[in-house]
Amino acid sequence: MLKIRLKKKCKKLYHAAIASICISGALVTSTLQATELGYPEKEELKFGFIKLTDMAPIAIAYEKGFFEDEGLYVTIESQANWKVLLDGVIDGRLDGAHMLAGQPIAATIGYGTKADIITPFSMDLNGNAITVSNEVWKQMKVNIPKQADGRPVHPIKADALKPVVNKFLNEGKPFKMGMVFPVSTHNYELRYWLAAGGIHPGFYAPHKGDTSGQIDAQALLSVTPPPQMPSTLEAGTIHGYCVGEPWNQQAVFKGIGVPVVTDYEIWKNNPEKVFGITKDFAEKYPNTTIRLTRALIRAAKWLDDNNNANRPEAVKILSQSNYVGADYKVIANSMTGTFEYEKGDVRSLPDFNVFFRYNATYPYYSDAIWYLTQMRRWGQISDDKPDSWYKDIAAKVYRPDIYMAAAQSLIDEKIMSKSDFSDLVDEDGFRAPQKHFIDNIVYDGKTPNAYINKFNIGLKDGDKL
Amino acid sequence: MPFLLKQAQTFILPMAGICCFLLLWSLTASNIETSLGKFPGPSAVATQMVNLVNEHNAERKKEDAFYIRQDERNKARMIKDPTYQPKVRMYTGKETFLDQIITSLITVLSGFLVAAIIAIPLGIAIGLSKNLNRAINPIIQIFKPVSPLAWLPLVTMVVSAVYVSPDPMFAKSFVNSLITVTLCSLWPMVINTSFGVVSMNQDWVNVSKVLSLPKLVHIQKIVLPASVPAIFTGMRMSLGIAWMVLIAAEMLAQNPGLGKFVWDEFQNGSSQSLSRIMTAVIVIGLIGYMLDRTMLQLQRMLSWDKSSAQL
Repeated sequence: MLKIRLKKKCKKLYHAAIASICISGALVTSTLQATELGYPEKEELKFGFIKLTDMAPIAIAYEKGFFEDEGLYVTIESQANWKVLLDGVIDGRLDGAHMLAGQPIAATIGYGTKADIITPFSMDLNGNAITVSNEVWKQMKVNIPKQADGRPVHPIKADALKPVVNKFLNEGKPFKMGMVFPVSTHNYELRYWLAAGGIHPGFYAPHKGDTSGQIDAQALLSVTPPPQMPSTLEAGTIHGYCVGEPWNQQAVFKGIGVPVVTDYEIWKNNPEKVFGITKDFAEKYPNTTIRLTRALIRAAKWLDDNNNANRPEAVKILSQSNYVGADYKVIANSMTGTFEYEKGDVRSLPDFNVFFRYNATYPYYSDAIWYLTQMRRWGQISDDKPDSWYKDIAAKVYRPDIYMAAAQSLIDEKIMSKSDFSDLVDEDGFRAPQKHFIDNIVYDGKTPNAYINKFNIGLKDGDKL
Repeated sequence: MPFLLKQAQTFILPMAGICCFLLLWSLTASNIETSLGKFPGPSAVATQMVNLVNEHNAERKKEDAFYIRQDERNKARMIKDPTYQPKVRMYTGKETFLDQIITSLITVLSGFLVAAIIAIPLGIAIGLSKNLNRAINPIIQIFKPVSPLAWLPLVTMVVSAVYVSPDPMFAKSFVNSLITVTLCSLWPMVINTSFGVVSMNQDWVNVSKVLSLPKLVHIQKIVLPASVPAIFTGMRMSLGIAWMVLIAAEMLAQNPGLGKFVWDEFQNGSSQSLSRIMTAVIVIGLIGYMLDRTMLQLQRMLSWDKSSAQL
């Protein structure tokens, strides 16, 4: 017995050594030489997720056997809300989870909970929308120009909402909206859209203990877990919300609200969720980390293969009660290339949810830096930071080295082809300056401070609350 | 005639009650329109019952396939790496409705047993000693009305902090549910047991005194048999409370079990969600009823006082 145990220990050490050599090899040279990937150190894993369609890569990797191909036996468990999920990963109840991109970043800089969480895999692009109640929509609609066929012109800007908010304020009523977590993409997207239309969404001032984010606010934003958004809107607690799918389409089906703008229209191909694990986990189980990344990459590719040909099957899987669980037709509405705004107003949006195209899975530093700029813009980061600080934090959290090691081994084993990752060979982690924001401001991840200074509403260089 | 009357009483009347209820239920259900469709009536629940059983069977098939695949993988790895010790890992798929029922039952019974082990000796001690009673009574009175929802956050945090082991024998979620159930179902048993001991027939106590029985023998021969009916009444109450508390705890903490099933379905918000929740509600009720009946049977078997075990 003892002998076996010793042997196991030795093997573990041996594997760890091999793996670390593999990773550092990939890191330093990133050459194309084939090194065989060792067996996973930890085989039984538990991943958490929130009931949203963008958890699809995890469900697909499980259902299509990609995890098992890697020798990983994964249990997938839905979580009550983003906070519970994050705590689960930090205290080890979960080995990894579908996370808001802001969560690992905020944890690393110590906003909210402090912990070292990294991501080797970005889960998707786009996939969110902003929905308002029927009542608000009725008032907004008069401010929106019409197309020839009588339908409203898209994208709808918050300019159309501004008179409604003003009316609320004049009557002394608060205008309330929901988002899913203080460091969620949704919070920043909603703020971005509101601010672009001249509505102030409020500042945070953590150094004064104010984490409600409502200083100077014209629209009051508060946290609601994604699956509860429609019922909260229905109950009249909030007048609108920003959330991922299927909870916007659900509002349409239930006839309780109208999605006015998708995040694709706020920022074309914006980064969304990431797959988060603790830094300790990645260091302790390097092979497992690479292997789970491989499985997720394959799942993402499967989701986008042949122009979304697999999406109907994916929707069927997601509509199972242990995954997202909403009705097939509700999930299919956004997952199969369309999006329904006002009831009956179905428009084509093939990129509403992107899982693999446009390097969606590659963890770009510039994506992380965008989140940091928004945290600074809204005061969650209370002090000025030099540009180098942004890069350093991004490099701590986003780990393209692990991603590339996984991609390389997939190529080596001929599971995927080189052309799948063709433009990632000389990647420095920064996307080219990005346009296509709803306010036409250009984002360059290399100059975060200059970017922050471009906004009319928001903290700038030197500002402190 | 008396025979028929008896039949009517034991059989026909309850059936009539159930029929009336079903009729009322399906009438009201068809008149309530929610944003997730109509409120589920009896027929929707019946359909879901069948669905849930089918899902369970489908999942079992997937489980078998999982073990076969795992076996093949292990064999393939043994060939590549002869030193490898093949491991059999538990199925990783979802828990079906039936699995959740079993989980809930195991949790509630373990929690209840732990509570009984603590409560009955404590109750006897309190019943025997007036001073102990005076000392402990205020604590019982304060903790008795506390809701499981208030206990749960405390229990969760404490268990996370204290129950740390790399390879725990029980899952943390199980321990959390168990402790919450124990904390809430403790009190009726303590109170009833002590009441049973206090209201014991004085003649028996006197007999024991005359025979000058040692303390332990006194408890064993006189106190315990005398208070058995009261103990069982307490246990029945406790089990009912334990079952109610467990479902609430599972819903709130997302611990596996029927409560989680209900909460997950609520979050899914599919057109079938409500009827699945309603099915769970009926099943929860039936199980609660069965638990109570089982306890009653036990009481009948073990208790000399048949009158207290009538209802």
